[in-house]
Amino acid sequence: MNVGDVIASSSVKVERINLVMYAGASGDFNPIHWNETVATQVGLPDVIAHGMYTQAQLGRLLVEWLGDPGRIVSFSVRFSAPVVVPQDGGARLELQATVAAIDGDMITVALSATCDGVEVVKDAVATVRAA
Amino acid sequence: MPLNPDFIGKTYPDTPPYAIGREKLREFATAIGDSSPVFHDLDAARALGYSDLPAPPTFAFALTMKAMAAAMFDPELGLNYALVVHGEQTFEYQRPLQAGDEVVVKSFIADIGSRGRNEFLVSQADVVTLDGELVVTNRSVIVSRGTAA
Repeated sequence: MNVGDVIASSSVKVERINLVMYAGASGDFNPIHWNETVATQVGLPDVIAHGMYTQAQLGRLLVEWLGDPGRIVSFSVRFSAPVVVPQDGGARLELQATVAAIDGDMITVALSATCDGVEVVKDAVATVRAA
Repeated sequence: MPLNPDFIGKTYPDTPPYAIGREKLREFATAIGDSSPVFHDLDAARALGYSDLPAPPTFAFALTMKAMAAAMFDPELGLNYALVVHGEQTFEYQRPLQAGDEVVVKSFIADIGSRGRNEFLVSQADVVTLDGELVVTNRSVIVSRGTAA
């Protein structure tokens, strides 16, 4: 493994049902994540995904690669743009994980997530144990 | 309406104990579309040394968000929930949470400030077992859109 290696990537379809399921499982029932009337009243273009749903997708990418969630030491994300999820057609997230640094048995992984070519997270990074 | 800066440093009482259940973790993993065996199959989890199913890495937020709800719905803070978006999120893990853990959340407001027309609120929440073992530290920045003075 070398710095710069792409270690995992994924393309994830996000539909309203996914946000409703996430709301139920997480307990975050903020209506901006499922009710377009409320979302547009507060100035959003449409319903948006929970930021934590996007981070959860990056977490999924990490665990699929690592096999064991216990190897994750820290995991940070800054949400830089909303993931807008229309009723018809939904949205698509493009995810990627890249080796940013290797220090002994600790690996720093840089994560990216884009939707329609827009970066929806910045400074997304995880520190993981090599094994 | 701007957020009340008097809330900086405010600590909240420990949440009531939360017993992490195996089926809750399966439900959460399913909701995020994560079919990794370790999150669903006890044998796969045990093969990695867990005594029960571990939690996906972002599950901790479901617990810490409840802890912060007391602050977010405190009218004295002045937060309009509909204007809130999540700005930043950091987890630091001692180990994964797992089914069978009984935990409380200890939280405090670390900072309140503004950037342009938006305000932000920084909270920290530690997820701790009833035996006092720190498992996950959660740091969240939430953004209140357009409410700066």
